[in-house]
Amino acid sequence: MADTRYELFTEEHDALRASVRDFVGREIRPNVEEWEAQRDFPRSLYERVGELGLFGLKYEEEYGGSGPDLLADAVVTEEFSLCGAGGVAAGLGAHKDLGSYYVYRFGNDDQRKEWLVPSIRGELISALAVTEPGAGSDVASITTRAVRDGDSYILNGQKAFITNGSKADYVVVAVRTGGEGYPGISLIVVDKDTPGFRTNRMQTVGWWTSHTGELFFDDCRVPAENLLGEEGQGFVYIMKNFQWERVVMALGAVAAAEKTLELGIEYGKERTAFGRPIAKFQVWRHRFADLETEIHAARCLTYHALRKMMAGEDALREVSMAKWLACELDWKVADEVLQIHGGYGYMMEYPIQRAWRDSRLGPIGGGTTEIMKEIISKTYGL
Amino acid sequence: MSATAPSIVSSFFTPEHDALRATIRSFVERELQPHAEEWEREGNFPDWVFSKMGDAGLLGLSYPEEYGGSGGDYISSLVLKEEMARCGSGGVGMAVAVQTDMATPPVLKFGTEEQKQNWLVPAIKGTKIACLGITEPNAGSDVANIETTAVRDGSDWVVNGRKIFITNGCRAHFCTLVARTDKPSGYHGFSLFLVPTDTPGWQVTRRLDKLGMHSSDTAEILMEDMRLPGDALLGEEGKGFYQIMWELQGERLVAAAGAVAGSQLLLERCIQYAKERHAFGRPIGSNQVIAHRLAEMATEIEAARALVYDAVWKFNKGEYPVKETTMCKLYTGLVINRVTNSAMQIFGGAAYLMDVPIQRAWRDSRLIRIGGGADEVMREILAKMRGL
Repeated sequence: MADTRYELFTEEHDALRASVRDFVGREIRPNVEEWEAQRDFPRSLYERVGELGLFGLKYEEEYGGSGPDLLADAVVTEEFSLCGAGGVAAGLGAHKDLGSYYVYRFGNDDQRKEWLVPSIRGELISALAVTEPGAGSDVASITTRAVRDGDSYILNGQKAFITNGSKADYVVVAVRTGGEGYPGISLIVVDKDTPGFRTNRMQTVGWWTSHTGELFFDDCRVPAENLLGEEGQGFVYIMKNFQWERVVMALGAVAAAEKTLELGIEYGKERTAFGRPIAKFQVWRHRFADLETEIHAARCLTYHALRKMMAGEDALREVSMAKWLACELDWKVADEVLQIHGGYGYMMEYPIQRAWRDSRLGPIGGGTTEIMKEIISKTYGL
Repeated sequence: MSATAPSIVSSFFTPEHDALRATIRSFVERELQPHAEEWEREGNFPDWVFSKMGDAGLLGLSYPEEYGGSGGDYISSLVLKEEMARCGSGGVGMAVAVQTDMATPPVLKFGTEEQKQNWLVPAIKGTKIACLGITEPNAGSDVANIETTAVRDGSDWVVNGRKIFITNGCRAHFCTLVARTDKPSGYHGFSLFLVPTDTPGWQVTRRLDKLGMHSSDTAEILMEDMRLPGDALLGEEGKGFYQIMWELQGERLVAAAGAVAGSQLLLERCIQYAKERHAFGRPIGSNQVIAHRLAEMATEIEAARALVYDAVWKFNKGEYPVKETTMCKLYTGLVINRVTNSAMQIFGGAAYLMDVPIQRAWRDSRLIRIGGGADEVMREILAKMRGL
């Protein structure tokens, strides 16, 4: 069994984790308050992350990567989630695991050189646009059309809730190139400067530092060579990457929940009432014990799903389970930790309100909790 | 990562574990399951369950071969516990777990060669049945509050005290007993003894009637001027508390593994029932609320299993994962109780009938949140470990 292992992470992964944690602690976390106030974080952060090689762990050296090592990339996801601002983790993550990863997974070598290589360096920012005002997890119902016209496609339609949408240099867009339903869907890369392409930044409850965009396509002419993979295969591609996206969300949610719990315990130890730290009241001690247990269980489940993926097994059920359980838990932890803060928890100057707002996206984005339960029950033939 | 990096496997079970599982499953289905209803009704199961399991080599899976065991790893104990959940009677699995994972591990770890030959070898054969005497009317998880005393008299010990909720206590041939051998001084002053139950002064005062786990016997024990020879002492005098705290970890992990396996079986029955049972012209499982409830049950069970496997993996590597084990005990108990309660609801009126086994799982599982340390005790441990 020397050529197999059950442990997910190696000592090299541990070393990577330590260095990413150090980077996040020095270069991201101290700036979070300012970036939140500005409702944005600078483009230079992408370049800095690229410079450190943290966008390149999933890719071979020929593209400027240092992998491929999906587990190393998972470590980066976990550590970014500890930065204290959901929007920063989301903005970096949507680039790392959605837009540019699609180019790698489904694009040809020319496309990889054009978009992936500068993305790994952090010089180009990417986004993925599937969701529309009338179609989210129901991908087969999207209506944005791309009609072939000579060497181009002409796009018409609208996308919504697109992370990085109003900031990205290029967007991987799901479009309808064929008939109704899932077989008519394709993926096309749209450069931000393409005439007929316009974005609008949406106001969100949380994730203030990340851009959530509406995208509009009005007779937007895109070169046919921007088609990713085969025409009509878009649905299949999207379903494939959903598994990665969801396991990444679960990883991030578990890490964030652990961070939030630490915040709650620290606060509870400092704040006294009736002569003792409130964290020492039994109700809180036990609540923390429950939350810590649930977080560890969610982590074990998420690692189980990731392990199955890494072993090349079908992990649809386990990934769906991990995604909803971890994301619901992250929000629940934030709500409990807001509670121990009492009145301060309701004040904008304390970071817990941000964790509370940011974590609420988890059970919605990337497929809602209800969609996950639909998928799980279908795997049992229900 | 280099190109020669080892590939990830999704499971720690080897082909040997799989073969063991198949053997145990067929034993359980052939020898135990057909009798489950009868044993539940009678409130007891026969002693031959132990000897047959001993003959099949199932009572010493992770014990050394020199004592009649199979020399397997801790994961083989996990396999046994998981498969015992299929026997259909929670009491049988619990009684066997007391034999294999609660009363006898201290004999192997702390016993003299003679004690191992006298008690461990026959326990592995299934010819001697064991019980564990910790809990008292005034001391459960609060082991330090134990009042049973063992006082030296020449080379003998004289024991006085009471024990309660002792699984296998009515039928046991011997008891791994905790008693106080010194003045109360916190966790010091306790010792372990190996007590033959035919010792004069040992008395089963009551066979306790329980809400669930009907097939297992649960005893109240009185020890009055019970005289034990000097060599009845197990391990070091005064170190009993530490020796037994170590044992409690294995007990909790085994209980957790059994809870997950029981939950999984019940989930499978629920899914099957939800597909077969029709209401308003369609299977009840095609109602979204039922399908989603089943998805929630399945998710929690998968998380519970992942949690237990994480602790088992660490335990098997020789680590001593107290925090993880405590979490396992707490989480799996809560999960199985939610699962059994959901099962009651999904089966509806049928579940409320005593001849349909769903109610049994519901009653049996309730113990898991109490026995081996209540939920609240687990939370206390976790909070303390977190510095709270």
